[in-house]
Amino acid sequence: MKFPYSETVLEHFRHPHNVGKIEDADGKAIEGSPACGDMVSVYIKVNPKTKTISDIKFESYGCASNIATGSIITELARGKTLDEAKKITWKEASDALGGLPKIKAHCSVLAIEGLRSAIQNYEERHGLVKEKVPTTVDIVRKRLKKVMNPISGLDLVRTNLVKDVALKNGSARVVIDLPANHQFAPAIKEEITEKIEPLWDVREVVVEFTE
Amino acid sequence: MQEKRTYLDNAAATRLDERVMEAMKPYFFDTYAVATSEFAYTQGIEAREALDAARRTISQTLNANPEEFVFTSGGTESSNMALKGVALALGKKKGKHIIVSKIEDFPVLHSAEALERQGFQLTYLDVDHEGFVSPDRLSDAITGETILVSIQHANQEIGTIQDIAGIGNICREKGTLFHTDATHTFTRIPLDVGKMPVDLITLSAHTLHGPKGVGGLYIRKGTPIAKWMDGGFQEFDLRAGLENIPGAVGFAKAAELVTGGENKHLQAMRDHAIDRILSEIPDTTLNGHRRQRLPQNVNISFHYIEGESITLHLDMHGFAVSTGSACFSRSLQGSHVIYGIGGDHERAHGSIRITLGRYNTMEEVDAVVQALTEVVRELRNISPLGKEKRKEEE
Repeated sequence: MKFPYSETVLEHFRHPHNVGKIEDADGKAIEGSPACGDMVSVYIKVNPKTKTISDIKFESYGCASNIATGSIITELARGKTLDEAKKITWKEASDALGGLPKIKAHCSVLAIEGLRSAIQNYEERHGLVKEKVPTTVDIVRKRLKKVMNPISGLDLVRTNLVKDVALKNGSARVVIDLPANHQFAPAIKEEITEKIEPLWDVREVVVEFTE
Repeated sequence: MQEKRTYLDNAAATRLDERVMEAMKPYFFDTYAVATSEFAYTQGIEAREALDAARRTISQTLNANPEEFVFTSGGTESSNMALKGVALALGKKKGKHIIVSKIEDFPVLHSAEALERQGFQLTYLDVDHEGFVSPDRLSDAITGETILVSIQHANQEIGTIQDIAGIGNICREKGTLFHTDATHTFTRIPLDVGKMPVDLITLSAHTLHGPKGVGGLYIRKGTPIAKWMDGGFQEFDLRAGLENIPGAVGFAKAAELVTGGENKHLQAMRDHAIDRILSEIPDTTLNGHRRQRLPQNVNISFHYIEGESITLHLDMHGFAVSTGSACFSRSLQGSHVIYGIGGDHERAHGSIRITLGRYNTMEEVDAVVQALTEVVRELRNISPLGKEKRKEEE
């Protein structure tokens, strides 16, 4: 009998490593949401001298690949410097797990993004962001790629739901090609706001719908 | 891996009953000829008699005439035949409007969508939070152009049983045909076409410990329906293709073997499972109606956790169940039924369906509840959701 998951994936799924919350975390992030079916929280403790990850924990609301990826990235990132940990890719996590099914890429990539965002969160909170790059339409679009279109399970950009993006005086305006009374409109709006708001020079996020 | 495996996904497929296989056997090895008329050879005549007898048995279960029932390759074909057959027969003559509920199973829903792409007008009726179609809404939706209403007898996921007599009466008053998908209710819930104003009924053998690949469509005498699959003149020239005689014989035998006592036992197991889960596991929601539901169906959402993780863990404990989670489906979409009853993503992703069958026991129900309790606790410990709420409760 063969599952679509490798033995290593199943082992990490059954007994995930480093599960939980770090109450006094130096950096933390949540990626995904219940709306898109998967969610990961990542917490890190950082050694201020060596800039290495001294402790890392995660929590997962999601399927087996999501839980297993969360578990493996905590193992891969522990002891690494922030710069090294930032460079961990989905491919590396997938390889360490003995391969993940392609169809599960979007559930498992969240853990990688969670790790990167937790590092970013640490850097922002500790004044380590070297140059503050002004937000551009491209940067906003890039972040919108992380917002799922719950209708298809793919992101908003790939499913052509982003009709327009505009930036003016710190106000980011995003137009979504869905009626405002659509079943998923509130969830999409909330997720867009969550993703765009942390940009340092964005003051407000305005999400509009086409009808 | 667990030694003993307990199968609790009987809405998807069932274990064949040995008695069904015994009944089918002669039609593989002895009487394997095509069903011919009385003017051909002995084997063919015997095959014809077996097919006719199977047809009589199933028709009697519905209180229908044998001429009103055609065998098909299963529920999917039957529903395709009902929707597309009526659309072909009446699309040019009467109108192009068809009404289905939003929570129909895929054969009806996707046939409707296929017809919509061909220029038919479709109304997808909303259901209430327990999955019921509103008779008033249905009545308002029917126009002079409406050629068919297709509303399932009971739902495949949440088990909600529709008021088929009420819906049928509305259709009759308004002069439109009515099809119902009875895949999950046949022999479990009485369906008497003498009393119920239903014109077309989808049936399948695979849900009642019969063989896969055989089903049928009840077609009330006089119902306009076109042949949509071309070939020979089988099944009253309505459904072309070599008759599946062992399948038909097995289907009839399977229908005969279901008893009222078995259905009562299924219902007792269902109620026990629902009562225990809802009272013993916190933060759970029953999907569907408590009583107006299939005797074999349990569907419960476990908040803060995702269904594929639950099913995989349960599999490691030796239990096979199903979920409405997007991660579980091939389409990566959450259950359209849970969304249809107003459930949010979390409710769809965390829904678990247990469907019982002839070979399940009360001990197995207790065992799966025990396993669920452990699995849910473990997964909630990993989950970032609902921690505060759970802390308060402790």
